[in-house]
Amino acid sequence: MNVQAIRVIFNREMARFYRTIVESLVSPVISTSLYFVVFGAAIGSRIETVDGVTYGAFIVPGLIMLTVITQSVANASFAIHFPKFIGTIYELLTAPIGTAEIVIGYVGAAAVKSVLIGLVILATAFLFVDLPIAHPVAMFALLVLTSFSFSLFGFIIGIWAKDFQQLQLIPLLVLTPLIFLGGSFYSVNMLPGIWRTLALFNPVVYLMSVFRWSFFDTADVPVMISLLAILLFTAACLAAVWWIFRTGWRIRQ
Amino acid sequence: MPTIVSVRDLTKTYKSGFSALKSVNLEIEEGEIIALLGPNGAGKTTLISTICGIVRPTSGSVTVGGHDVVRDFRAARELIGLVPQEITLEPFEKVINSVSFSRGLFGKAADPAQVETVLRQLSLWDKKDSPIQPLSGGMKRRVLIAKALAHQPRVLFLDEPSAGVDVELRKDMWSVVADLKAQGVTIILTTHYIEEAEAIADRVGVINKGEILLVEDKVGLMTRMGQKQLQVDLAEPLTAVPEALRGYALELEPGGRSLTYTYDTKGERTGIVTLLGEMRAAGLQITDLATRQSSLEDIFVGLVRRQA
Repeated sequence: MNVQAIRVIFNREMARFYRTIVESLVSPVISTSLYFVVFGAAIGSRIETVDGVTYGAFIVPGLIMLTVITQSVANASFAIHFPKFIGTIYELLTAPIGTAEIVIGYVGAAAVKSVLIGLVILATAFLFVDLPIAHPVAMFALLVLTSFSFSLFGFIIGIWAKDFQQLQLIPLLVLTPLIFLGGSFYSVNMLPGIWRTLALFNPVVYLMSVFRWSFFDTADVPVMISLLAILLFTAACLAAVWWIFRTGWRIRQ
Repeated sequence: MPTIVSVRDLTKTYKSGFSALKSVNLEIEEGEIIALLGPNGAGKTTLISTICGIVRPTSGSVTVGGHDVVRDFRAARELIGLVPQEITLEPFEKVINSVSFSRGLFGKAADPAQVETVLRQLSLWDKKDSPIQPLSGGMKRRVLIAKALAHQPRVLFLDEPSAGVDVELRKDMWSVVADLKAQGVTIILTTHYIEEAEAIADRVGVINKGEILLVEDKVGLMTRMGQKQLQVDLAEPLTAVPEALRGYALELEPGGRSLTYTYDTKGERTGIVTLLGEMRAAGLQITDLATRQSSLEDIFVGLVRRQA
């Protein structure tokens, strides 16, 4: 294992984050605040409680997940697509590094950024609502796991994409609908019959459910099933990345 | 000298069906400078890219320092530095960070003194804190070289180092190459400027249509295949080569004021002395003499044409 390589890749990716620290952190804080104003204060005042939690507090886990997932995919996909696009990827291909170094460096940095953003949103939420955290350790572990798995997913998109249009395609057409329909702002139990069954095919539902459980100790789907679903998704992404570097798909001719 | 890079029966067929390398064999000795000459699309970049890990070989094998570049890629690549043909650099990165990054990528611990040495060697030290984007094309190429040298490679690949480079930078680069050679670094460069191969290479390989046509000592190649020409300038113009001199391979230049004699440098007797004697006997008044050796370019063009 080439530890130096992991260090320089990770540090460079983080340096990009620090250079734009204001944009990186302020924009999620502002958008989260907007959601609080619109959903929490304006609409939320008409909704009493969901599963015994005030609506303003109820949407916090969903908001964190929404931002963490989109940021993870955006950061990781850009981080690897940009060198591919401008050609500097030649350095990664000719260096004495394997899949592990590249993944830990790039995906690790993207995941760390997402975790930081998630924590900042959480801190912002405390300004607006009274928020219990029933299982803090589990909450943090889930935040890290989500950041990592969706950074992996983003990394795959970054390699798959042939141009910047394709880079936007999956987040826009697949991810955003899945997240919004995945119960970020409501409990899937609120959905009528057939829609609830359909929702269970959405992987994000499991993520939202277990994350919300870590805050309020109530879940739409059993916690163990959720955990299993997330671990399966992570394993599938890892397998895909391993296959990409084994075959050189879209990176080595 | 031991072999440092060994290419055996290497073939590469791209997905499009284009076969860029057809069973290439090449042994590169430690410490030498070898120039791979060939027209565009000959397979030079594919050959280098396969050795360096950018392109996957279809069949055959390559070892660098005894390590297979596919099976034992880590050990092999640690020895290699690559200066790519295209200028591919992170636009917003500072020069010094970009060079330090390359060093780290190859597993070497940070060493500011070494990075400074490389930057100074390439006259980049006063640009070290500049972002890469505003630099001139020549400066960017220097950055590429600095990045390739940052981890102190034993084998350096320069892919078309002179493409779009001015005379000054080319001379600078040649002196860097000479320094590296003095340190025992093996250098493989591709070029289609024959002048460059002639100026710095120890050996020359000619590659065309995915095949290596020959690899030879540069001086040997030039004397073996080279022909010399003697140009004799005359005081009085001639209308034809005089009868007495018909036995020689003489050509009368347009205007009739000079005769050109082509002879083989391999031959024991070049025939110059007797020719000049007979010229005088034939009553020709000689005003000047000049000899010219055929360049690598003539040899190269001859070889590539013969293959086509």
